Amino acid sequence: MNSDIYILLILLLPLLSFLFIGLSGRKLSTGMAVSVGCLTLITTLIFSIAVAFDYFFVKGSVGGVYAPQIVARFEWLRFSPGMSIDLGLIVDPISVMMLLVITCISTMVNIFSIGYMKGEERLKSYYAYLSLFTFSMLGLVLSINIFQMYIFWELVGISSFLLIGFFFNKPSAIAAAKKAFIVTRFADFGFLIGILILGTGAKTFDFLTLIDRLTHPGVALDSLTGSGFLGMSCLTWALILVFMGGAGKSAMFPLHIWLPDAMEGPTPVSALIHAATMVVAGVFLVARLFPIYSISAPEVLQGIAYIGSFTALFSALIACAQTDIKKVLAYSTISQIGFMMFALGVAGWGEGHDEGFTASMFHLFTHAFFKALLFLCAGSVIHAVHSNEMKDMGGLRKSMPITHITFLLACLAIAGIPPFSGFFSKEAILSAAAHGNPPVFYVGLFTSALTSFYMFRLYFSIFWSKPVDAHAHNHEKGQWAMNIPLILLAIGAVLAGLIPFGKYVSATGKAIELPIHVMFSVLPVCLGLGGILVAAFMYKKQNEIPQKVTKLLGNFYEAAYKKFFIDEIYLFLTHKVIFNLIGRPAAWFDRNVVDGMIQRTGSTSVNTSNAIKNLQSGKLQGYTMYFLGGVIVLVVLILIKFL
Amino acid sequence: MSILTLLIICPLLTSVLLLLPKSDKGTKSIALIGSIIQIALTGYITFLYQAIRSAGDKSQMLFESNIVWFSTLHINFHTGVDGISLVMMLLTGFVVLAGVLVSWNIKNQVKEFFFFIMLLSTGAFGFFMSLDLFMLFFFLEIAVVPKYMLIGIWGSGKKENNAMKLALMLMAGSAMVFLGIVGIYFASGYFGPHNTWDILELSKIHLPAEIQRVIYVLTFVGFGVFTAMFPFHTWAPDGHSSAPTAASMFLAGISMKLGGYGCLRVATYLMPTAAKELSWIFIILASIAIVYGAFATLMQKDLKYMNAYSSVSHCGFVVLGIAMLTKTAFAGAVMQMVSHGLMTALFFAAIGMIYDRTHTRMSDQLGGMLKQLPFIGTAFIIAGLCSLGLPGFSGFVSEMTIFTGSWEKAGLFYRVATILACASIVITAVYILRAVGKAIWGTVTNKTYLMLTDATWSERAATILLVVGIVIIGVAPFLFIRLIEPDVQYIINRIIL
Amino acid sequence: MEQVPLAHMLILSTILFFIGIYGFFTRRNMITMLMSTELILNSVNINFVAFNRYLYPHQLEGIFFTLFIIAVAASEVSLAVAIIINIYRKFKTIDIEETDTMKY
Repeated sequence: MNSDIYILLILLLPLLSFLFIGLSGRKLSTGMAVSVGCLTLITTLIFSIAVAFDYFFVKGSVGGVYAPQIVARFEWLRFSPGMSIDLGLIVDPISVMMLLVITCISTMVNIFSIGYMKGEERLKSYYAYLSLFTFSMLGLVLSINIFQMYIFWELVGISSFLLIGFFFNKPSAIAAAKKAFIVTRFADFGFLIGILILGTGAKTFDFLTLIDRLTHPGVALDSLTGSGFLGMSCLTWALILVFMGGAGKSAMFPLHIWLPDAMEGPTPVSALIHAATMVVAGVFLVARLFPIYSISAPEVLQGIAYIGSFTALFSALIACAQTDIKKVLAYSTISQIGFMMFALGVAGWGEGHDEGFTASMFHLFTHAFFKALLFLCAGSVIHAVHSNEMKDMGGLRKSMPITHITFLLACLAIAGIPPFSGFFSKEAILSAAAHGNPPVFYVGLFTSALTSFYMFRLYFSIFWSKPVDAHAHNHEKGQWAMNIPLILLAIGAVLAGLIPFGKYVSATGKAIELPIHVMFSVLPVCLGLGGILVAAFMYKKQNEIPQKVTKLLGNFYEAAYKKFFIDEIYLFLTHKVIFNLIGRPAAWFDRNVVDGMIQRTGSTSVNTSNAIKNLQSGKLQGYTMYFLGGVIVLVVLILIKFL
Repeated sequence: MSILTLLIICPLLTSVLLLLPKSDKGTKSIALIGSIIQIALTGYITFLYQAIRSAGDKSQMLFESNIVWFSTLHINFHTGVDGISLVMMLLTGFVVLAGVLVSWNIKNQVKEFFFFIMLLSTGAFGFFMSLDLFMLFFFLEIAVVPKYMLIGIWGSGKKENNAMKLALMLMAGSAMVFLGIVGIYFASGYFGPHNTWDILELSKIHLPAEIQRVIYVLTFVGFGVFTAMFPFHTWAPDGHSSAPTAASMFLAGISMKLGGYGCLRVATYLMPTAAKELSWIFIILASIAIVYGAFATLMQKDLKYMNAYSSVSHCGFVVLGIAMLTKTAFAGAVMQMVSHGLMTALFFAAIGMIYDRTHTRMSDQLGGMLKQLPFIGTAFIIAGLCSLGLPGFSGFVSEMTIFTGSWEKAGLFYRVATILACASIVITAVYILRAVGKAIWGTVTNKTYLMLTDATWSERAATILLVVGIVIIGVAPFLFIRLIEPDVQYIINRIIL
Repeated sequence: MEQVPLAHMLILSTILFFIGIYGFFTRRNMITMLMSTELILNSVNINFVAFNRYLYPHQLEGIFFTLFIIAVAASEVSLAVAIIINIYRKFKTIDIEETDTMKY
């Protein structure tokens, strides 16, 4: 079978669905829009499974290596010979994996939204935006050209903006949407400069050529490493800046502030964009350029490891103190992306060092399932309770049995309890870190204990904590559209870890082993179980312990609850510094100095004319007087001259 | 008669014909038909142009015709088009048609209004096709005066003052241009075979560097006033704020492009040595304009002021692209001119439609427009997204082309300028999203807004026309680049020499 | 016969000239101003005749000029008086300060 056409269709179908729903206007019924949206995605899901099957099993590896294939290429915008934005489709292990993740989660979210968003007035726009997002995200992972990636990068950003701001009647949603877009835009500014440095240095924007030229000694590599700025070579700068773009999208510290606020969007959107797909784009970007990072600039990669591990720890701490369930999940997402980042960071190039790469991709894969599941469960709960706050919940296990079970499975997965999926990927990450960078490993270990604590804190607060209300009716009855995706995703969350991931995805394309060492696993698993026990002890029944603990922690708890005041710092920077110290003076300067100068020339000419107007009095005698005066002056002058 | 002459005659004839009918409706219909014929003609010319080019005609200008107008002073009515002028003429056609459609509901002095619009269109078409500096100047002046009338008569706010400021500043700019081209005329007699105004002949003469320097600065600054180059941009915010919708569209959509085209075709193309020596001045001015314009925009509450300042920032990209003197940057500058023309026209159209209904342009007094006026609100958002450089719209491709082109120029100075320019995309996002969040999203604050009606057919047509233009460039930039590439090569060849 | 010296003539014409100027500046009645102008012209006439007589007695240009000036002055007076009469009809005054409709 010809999988090329399928890949093209995978990309184009969501676009067509977006255009169809978006342009159809009032004539299209809502139900029609919803079914178009869901059906296209189901089709793309089927296609991507076919493509994955075709790539991994039919075509298979050549000499033990899964090589990237360029399926289509087309010159879109040419800057100068060699330098052009080409649009095309690349098929390699990571893009195929991402295809599966995106289409799968997207389909689930689309189906879930039928129930969750029922009765929403602008449901058509919602589905149009979802299709747009899926299209852009697929385009991002299939990009063959770094500029093409930037294009879809921006498109993903705007669809995220539109979806976060979907409830635009709420000022908080508007603010969150703006914040998300602007913070990521700021990061993209770095990305863009990075692209320009890399592109002009290597004389190409094409991924494969770029990687080839920048990993082998040659003119391109020399020109980039030879020149420098502020003590670092251009290549280092470029890779730092590119990572800055990735850090913005993937909410790495200190650019993470937009993600928790982005929870203002509809919950399925959070599941899709802000948990499973878009936020891992940064990880994907680093993975895409991994050879350059690991061969030519390992120092940058090391920095990434530190930033990733710090972010993981930092946001796990915040997650422990949050009371809004979506905020907890948001910080947990940031923390898990931190895991993926530092897994990439600790990896190196070559046999025996690149375990981290595979581990990171593996975690990306499993995380997509259980985090999307957690968000959808949270959506289910919020749909039933009409609140995001933990204190409004509790004892929901009887009234929402399916949600309860699936949520528990997802929590076990994220906590890294065997044999759930999270266990395998997290083990891989930790063992890679233990080999590559021990300090990062210890941070990771501690964070994974924290992870299981805050996840089970969440679980117990929602489903236990309060006594079960015997009269409560079952919230889930008839909500098939919301329950089916939960069940399907739960299957994924449980089983995804059993895939022999290392066989398919690795930095070099060669299969590697991700062994599970029982001895090594004991410690993380015990820590995970410990976290669960502590959480059970504190939150299973309503009691006084949590208050006591918060009192004990005092200011530290307060700081974590306030998210370590990062938001306040940003607010100060933007409002006080940028608006008041730069914007306002600029506007004032323009009105009063630049325009003042123009106005001054006008008023000066008016004043001058007023001043000399009186000379033209219209009085005959006055004129004669001037005339006489002139004659006298002339006569005097002549006399002086000739006498 | 050449087909290009037809394109000048068409708007001129329309402007005369629309004085005849008694009813306003007749006037409007004639204006509409006239502008449709214009756009059809430009489309037809583009088609012919492509056909001739693909047949292998490599001459610099096509459809040339040269008629002696005033032989003693060597003034010829010399017209011809290359890819660059062709895309500018297409832009003119689009904006004029959209402007006529948007002004469909105008009430007072309908005849005069459309008369001036058509006169403006004559000036713009003539300007872009002139190959004779004197005719170029002649049409530039034709394009200035009607704007004074349009703002002074149909404007709002401090219209007399602002119309006066605009006209005087543009006149000052054209005075500088005139000095420059007269300088070229006389210098061509000393250093070339004979005195000439002809751009093609002049492009074969190399004037001495010291003369070039003076003329380059004069013409670049003169045309720069038209492009709202810092610090000669203040006519733009005031002029726009007072102008009626269609006039704003023309002002930002076409008139500012007259300047950019002039900077490229006259200042840079004819004075290559000086351009190499002195373009750093304009790189500095452009970088200031880009960043400073963006910051000044941040604080604007009036949507028209906001868009006017953002135009200052965006036209800074045009000047930057021209001053960078690389082929890619030139192509980007041309692209940005067209893109900004369409985008800003759409923006002003959307703002005008909102203003017509709510009678306010203050972003904090609006709110909930997307709910009340879905079509207009969407148009506003699309214009905003194009302005902040979203892929898929024209703003992205043109900005990226300029950035890449500027980055090709090695050296810390150029790099810093490029980085500053890139930084403005962040600030642009801030002010666009603020405006969208305040005015378009949110809830309706004013009860009277609940009664508003969405766009009429003419407004819809205008919006769709402009959006189509934006999307075509944004999705298929290769068509655009193919059209202008050989001609940009001519300009850059002269600079490399 | 002893001749009157040229200087006396010139002194007379100068006095006459400045009387005319003085009258022209200080009077606001147009008729008086016209008369002052006549005085100025006559002082010039005296100069012409005197110079002609004393310096170039064999030539007649000075005399011619004087006659010419007298003729022009006569026509000028008729014209000016006509204008003044018209002004009087329109403004009911011949004060130079009052007739400022054309100013600004």
